[in-house]
Amino acid sequence: MIKELTCICCPMGCALKAELDDKGQVISVSGNTCIRGENYARSELTAPVRTVTTTVLSKDEKPIPVKTKEPVPKEKIFEVVEDIKFQRIDLPVKMGDVVVKNAADTGIDIVATRSVD
Amino acid sequence: MNEYSLLIIGGGPAGMAAAVAAKKAGVDDLLILERDSVLGGILNQCIHNGFGLHTFKEELTGPEYAERYANMVKEQGIPFELDTMVLAVEKVQGSDKKAVTVISAKRGVQTLYAKAVILAMGCRERPRGALNIPGSRPQGVYTAGTAQKLVNLEGAKIGKEVVILGSGDIGLIMARRMTLEGAHVAAVAELMPYSSGLKRNIVQCLDDYGIPLLLSHTVVDIKGREKLEGVYIAKVDENNRPIEGTQEYYPCDTLLLSCGLIPENELTIGAGVEIDPRTNGASVSESLETSVEGVFSCGNVLHVHDLVDFVSEESARAGENAAKYIQSGIDRSSKTLAVNAGNGVRYTVPSRISLANLAPLNHIRFRVTGVYKNVSIVVSSGEKELLRKKSQILVPSEMVDLILKQDKLKDLDNDISVYIEEVGV
Amino acid sequence: MYDVLIIGAGVVGCAAAMELSKYKLKVCVAEKESDVCEGTSKANSAIIHAGFDAKEGTLKAKLNVLGSQMMPELAKKLDFAYKRNGAMVLCFDKADLPKLDELEQRARNNGVDGVRVVTGDEARKLEPSLSDEVCGALVAETSGIVCPFEMTLAFAENALQNGVDFKLSTLVTGIDKNENGFTVHTSRGDIQTKVIINAAGVYADKIHAMVSSKPLGITPRRGEYLLMDKAAGSLVSRTIFQLPTKMGKGILVTPTVHGNLLAGPTAENIDDKDNVSTTKNGLDEVKAKSALSVKNIPFGKVITSFTGLRAVGDTGDFIIAQSDVKGFINAAGIESPGLSSAPAIAQYLCEIVGQILPLETNTDYIGTRKGITHFTALSKDEQNELIKREPAYGKIVCRCETVTEGEILDAINRPLGATTLDGVKRRTRAGMGRCQAGFCSPTTMSLIAKKLGIKIQDVRKSGVYSTQRRQDDE
Repeated sequence: MIKELTCICCPMGCALKAELDDKGQVISVSGNTCIRGENYARSELTAPVRTVTTTVLSKDEKPIPVKTKEPVPKEKIFEVVEDIKFQRIDLPVKMGDVVVKNAADTGIDIVATRSVD
Repeated sequence: MNEYSLLIIGGGPAGMAAAVAAKKAGVDDLLILERDSVLGGILNQCIHNGFGLHTFKEELTGPEYAERYANMVKEQGIPFELDTMVLAVEKVQGSDKKAVTVISAKRGVQTLYAKAVILAMGCRERPRGALNIPGSRPQGVYTAGTAQKLVNLEGAKIGKEVVILGSGDIGLIMARRMTLEGAHVAAVAELMPYSSGLKRNIVQCLDDYGIPLLLSHTVVDIKGREKLEGVYIAKVDENNRPIEGTQEYYPCDTLLLSCGLIPENELTIGAGVEIDPRTNGASVSESLETSVEGVFSCGNVLHVHDLVDFVSEESARAGENAAKYIQSGIDRSSKTLAVNAGNGVRYTVPSRISLANLAPLNHIRFRVTGVYKNVSIVVSSGEKELLRKKSQILVPSEMVDLILKQDKLKDLDNDISVYIEEVGV
Repeated sequence: MYDVLIIGAGVVGCAAAMELSKYKLKVCVAEKESDVCEGTSKANSAIIHAGFDAKEGTLKAKLNVLGSQMMPELAKKLDFAYKRNGAMVLCFDKADLPKLDELEQRARNNGVDGVRVVTGDEARKLEPSLSDEVCGALVAETSGIVCPFEMTLAFAENALQNGVDFKLSTLVTGIDKNENGFTVHTSRGDIQTKVIINAAGVYADKIHAMVSSKPLGITPRRGEYLLMDKAAGSLVSRTIFQLPTKMGKGILVTPTVHGNLLAGPTAENIDDKDNVSTTKNGLDEVKAKSALSVKNIPFGKVITSFTGLRAVGDTGDFIIAQSDVKGFINAAGIESPGLSSAPAIAQYLCEIVGQILPLETNTDYIGTRKGITHFTALSKDEQNELIKREPAYGKIVCRCETVTEGEILDAINRPLGATTLDGVKRRTRAGMGRCQAGFCSPTTMSLIAKKLGIKIQDVRKSGVYSTQRRQDDE
């Protein structure tokens, strides 16, 4: 079986074609222009993941931009956002600082994406 | 103390990259003028990822990309003034200097002088009025970028039931953002039969959340007095006119407009710079110099980009060329060839190339006029074909970047033409 | 107990309040919206007509001419933008040329100076962008343009500084007549008054019906407009009217006092007193008809479109008189030339009040008012001095119109200050430019939120805050 999908790794948005066997295992990927495309197709068709970007509030209610340090399973996105929503973090933070540990039990930390005094 | 070699107007990605490159090239006497209270421009509100794959070889969010450049600016000791707005740029009569009038709480209204100026003011969103959508004018109608600023920088909760008109990237990004903020996005309507946003954004911002993209649809009426109550969306025909009887009511409290960006060139026009009506930006040479000597333009104020990485690269070239202009002057003795936009090409940047100022690698950037599949991009000069490149798909939303080596160009006699060859037609 | 309660804080209500404050009277203005100038007064052509249009002997003719004559001095004393830019009425058909002469004669009869008829070529020499179809024109030197918001605000603020009470977000829900005058029921409690002036615009019929069984008819007439960028503002220097054509009553093209180009209005009678939507047909009509007058109008430079409702009375003239109920005065049916006539209407209303209550001159009356300092209108030295004193004037919030934070703070903090985005926009022009508040609205919203102590998402574009109407329950 052939599955077509659009690579989301970078703005090029390569049109990928993945060949799957009967068990849904990826046999080959084509259409990609770099290795990331192949990796994306393999993970997207087996266990899709996304980097989540959102804001977390500081104690004085200022929105601080954050992201998951690594991509999280796609089905966990809302749980991660929900977990972050109720946190209030201390300032100052530096870009890259962990502001929430192990978001929604994914094992993945939330890091600040901007330094704020 | 108000004399500079180089003034850079705008401290967003374009201005910062230009400043860093100019400084590296040896211009010490420079200053960035930024109207906001932080460096980084629009990147600060673009909290999503997808930036920096070309520049930094990793995927960053907007604020991260901005902070990396801001750190370079600071590390290199490049001076910048925040909360400082430029009111006018003018040529000084009888001199090659430019007068730049600024306002800030610190300076008051003051005129600064510079040998060279880099215009890096960015762009703005097309407002509702320019779209001519009939209906009432209630609360709850925002351009997508304004909504993005309210949500991401002010922490505002702006609505629960959302419709988005226009599938520009900011609209798509905001569809996901509003969804993550707990809102329901009923639909994204797009007038054209294709999206004006990047494919990846359709996948990860709409498809991931089951948000329908209605191509060839538009908002035909807006309902609600003080607050938005809903919109009517109708299908449009091939002339983009609403088709009678196809309209459907979408109750909503928020309508976001993502219908295009316009380079902000009021200062440019005031400076007497020639504007290219196709881009609404300055018409520039290979050195990114405008029609006014010593005034350069780069980034979204020159032509609206879809990748910040392209902005940084282009702006660094503007910075290098400004440095060259300041230090040794730009060679104006040689032949200048026009770069013409042929079949399927809406515009090119640059629109002219002077052969004495070629770099080892020369960029020609353009957008296509429509969707093209399995075609060739051709660059030619008279009978001579300089480049031919096959492409599976070309869409107006994705800028094309061609690179031509110096030796391909240096002996040309005829103007250059860039066009799309439709294979097999 | 008030001597006079004015219902409606549009240009007529505010002008009347100002005029009445020249006398020792207790005056109050009740307005259902959260700001002054929220109805017909905010969405019109912003023209101070010379006075050649209204039929001889009507109130419209008399009060228009008088109002237009009062305007230059009022603008100076009360600090609002007004410019005598002159007007032209175009004729497109030789057969219609006598109509221009009729207008000229009417102008003379009404007492309007500076009116003459010129040929098509002469007209094009005066206004090079006029269409080639123009075969003659009436030129009126004394026609002017004004900022209707500033003018209404100037009247209101002057009234306020002379002791008039303003009750905003106060909807009149009923009126009882009693031996001392009236008890007026509102969304924020009862108000006692001896005299009422009904200046409720398109709602004047409803207010009238609260006290009188005699019919008073007001029809809202929708007028749609297109506003273009300042880059188009110098296309014409005068206000360009049309003689009625085969396509019906003409529409105008005019520069605004702030340098934009305005085209409109359409004229369509509707039932809904709140329907200020624009329509595709209406805007198309504006484009088609304005193109008859002026060549190459850059419709690509439209920055916004809007609709205004004129309050058209059933008599064809202004309805300004004490009604069959003693002490209840109507100032109704104030359609065009209402803006031009407003200060004269106010004087006329004062005379009527004088027939009911004794008028004693208020010797403390302050005749001048200082508006918000418009930063761009200052010289460079004045600008620098202001920034030194108030650094907020060194921070530009609205880039398109170069409006500073200092001006926005003044608009919010001054008495009768703005509480909504539209209120700030009308006072300062922040958000009125080509990006239509895209860049500046978050900043303006956060300044308003701070002042009102509310969250930024609760800042309204316009209208009444829920807490404001709830106050009467507390």
